[in-house]
Amino acid sequence: MGYGQSTSAGLDATFAALADPTRRAILARLASGEASVTELAKPFAMSQPAISKHLKVLEHAGLISRGRDAQRRPRRIEARPLADASGWLEGYRKFWEGSFRRLDALLDELKTSGKKKRKSRPYKKRGNHR
Amino acid sequence: MKNTGTLQVTTPTDREIMMTRVFDAPRQLVFDAFTKAELLKGWFGPRGWSLAVCEVDLRVGGGFRFVLRGPGGREMGMRGVWREIAPPERTVHMETFDDYPQDSSLVTGLFVEKDGKTTFTATVLYGSKEVRDIVLKSGMEHGAAESYDKLAELLATAEARSA
Repeated sequence: MGYGQSTSAGLDATFAALADPTRRAILARLASGEASVTELAKPFAMSQPAISKHLKVLEHAGLISRGRDAQRRPRRIEARPLADASGWLEGYRKFWEGSFRRLDALLDELKTSGKKKRKSRPYKKRGNHR
Repeated sequence: MKNTGTLQVTTPTDREIMMTRVFDAPRQLVFDAFTKAELLKGWFGPRGWSLAVCEVDLRVGGGFRFVLRGPGGREMGMRGVWREIAPPERTVHMETFDDYPQDSSLVTGLFVEKDGKTTFTATVLYGSKEVRDIVLKSGMEHGAAESYDKLAELLATAEARSA
């Protein structure tokens, strides 16, 4: 079908890498600047090897890279694959958000006209605990 | 995280897209807005598009037919068949786009009310990962600009969800 298959594999790797909360937290940290493995491990109750494993997945997906400093070997975020991934979902989100904005307005209208017409006939409520 | 107006889109599995949106209205109203033709005409379709045809036969085994008309007279047709209808909490239907008649998807809609607000969740199950990816990408044509802002947004929502 030739529908941009080149990026499809990249997106798979990106989404697989993003599927883990620790890795997302690492990316969120790196979004504010590069950091060494030690620095990255600090906020997590995790060993450095465990963190390194996550970093390897992120690196493999092209989401992070290593900086110049040979001793600290800081990791930094790579914008491109994330931009692809967010753009990809974002398009779909936009498609629907336009509809839902209009639905918000319609629901407001229905709520006020409903109040006028029927004398607040309550909807059957079930299991509304919590 | 219960503010209205924020649509979350995720890909829980290879073949699914999940959408979650909170509406500031009781669920019977929201349910009606999703299942009654005269109400659907008032909102369904992305910006610049409107429903030129909207027919809904809300019975299990009954169907619906939508034709969206957009800029320059472009048309996008879709049809569906209801599998389950449990007002005002749940619907399940099969849906097919005219452009891809061989690919159907199974759509499960859930309406959950809390404090007068309704959380709507739609899970769309596609026949294959390839089809899902085409759907997501065609959505992208409708104006996805790639930027650092969006990246920040993505990370923020991903983080909020995992927190």
